[in-house]
Amino acid sequence: METLRLIIDWASVLAIPTIILLFIGYGGYKKIPVYEVFVEGAKEGFEVGVKIIPYLVAMLMAIAMFRASGMLDILTWLASPVTNLIGMAPELLPMALMRPLSGSGSLGVMSELMKTFGPDSLIGFTASTMFGSTETTFYVLAVYFGSVGVRKTRYAAPAGLLADAAGLITAVLVCQLWF
Amino acid sequence: MLNHIWFWMIMLSLFVAAGTDIYNEITAPPPMETAGEELSLNKRTKLGQLSDAALEAAQTGVNISLGLIGIMALWLGIMKIAEEAGFIKILARLVAPITRRLFPEIPEDHPSIGAMLMNIAANMLGLSNAATPLGLKAMEELQKLNPDKETASNSMITFLVINTSAITLIPASAIAIRASLGSVNPQQIIVPSIIAATMATIVGLTTVKLIQKFEKRKNRTEGEA
Repeated sequence: METLRLIIDWASVLAIPTIILLFIGYGGYKKIPVYEVFVEGAKEGFEVGVKIIPYLVAMLMAIAMFRASGMLDILTWLASPVTNLIGMAPELLPMALMRPLSGSGSLGVMSELMKTFGPDSLIGFTASTMFGSTETTFYVLAVYFGSVGVRKTRYAAPAGLLADAAGLITAVLVCQLWF
Repeated sequence: MLNHIWFWMIMLSLFVAAGTDIYNEITAPPPMETAGEELSLNKRTKLGQLSDAALEAAQTGVNISLGLIGIMALWLGIMKIAEEAGFIKILARLVAPITRRLFPEIPEDHPSIGAMLMNIAANMLGLSNAATPLGLKAMEELQKLNPDKETASNSMITFLVINTSAITLIPASAIAIRASLGSVNPQQIIVPSIIAATMATIVGLTTVKLIQKFEKRKNRTEGEA
């Protein structure tokens, strides 16, 4: 386990320098005017950053209202019969419901659960697996589609949420077996 | 679809907050004197908290976007070098057997494939700072192929589903928090996370492909009729 930790730590330290070395190095080898090309590409960064603002504000506003209203408690209560079926602890439900909505929100729920039950308890273990195995779907939808000005997202949200549900349920089941 | 989700999130939140407030005011009116000063109505009620949260979120949205600009510029600059040098094309050709099936609408060595690949790789390594700019680059390239600029293309949705169910080899932030809270074995979640994320990806891709197949058939029969 110590070696695994060492590998992981080194991999995360080395990843970015390696990519930079590889890309800029290859550019230099191919005789690309690297500085000029870099600046040209970097220019787009500003445009994209500004372009996503309205989409992000719209999405974050709805999510914040949702969180502040106490809807989460009601949804937890509504979903409890289903989660009891797979033997999921009711404490994990807010985590599962928060995960697709808000990265910082679900980070908070995960930390809270691990503080209360301990990081190596089944609940703490499952909560961190849930966090590690899914993304903040609504944020990604808003930012990615917003950056190119797509407003009609068709079936993207339901497909993304269905994938999240599958991931979260699998996390619960795998953690139960693992434990 | 997002229209409906957005609308109902806001409406239900308002109803639930208002309902909670009415219930609380009727059943348990607040004590007149609470240790020194009384909590203001805005802080005490759900509706008050809700408006504060909404305004705060609007500010957060701007902060996040502006905060992204620097990192975006850095990665888009590096990507541009890789693109001009032909590195992205090499990457795209390596994964062509997979991308041909997942993204039948995209020409084989289109720059979007390289960008999507880089985004997925960054996600796998847990480099979320790098992943977003690369993903947005991919979206920009996909948008060039999109016939209807206001509507999501099939390729975009397929990409987003892969992205949001992202398989992360090193879920760095979850591991870091576990370690900080005194876990004996913080990395223990790696394998379960990969299994769960793989399942999410499989279900997501199956859903997307089934919908695409269904829509294609519908269009064909409509064309014949």
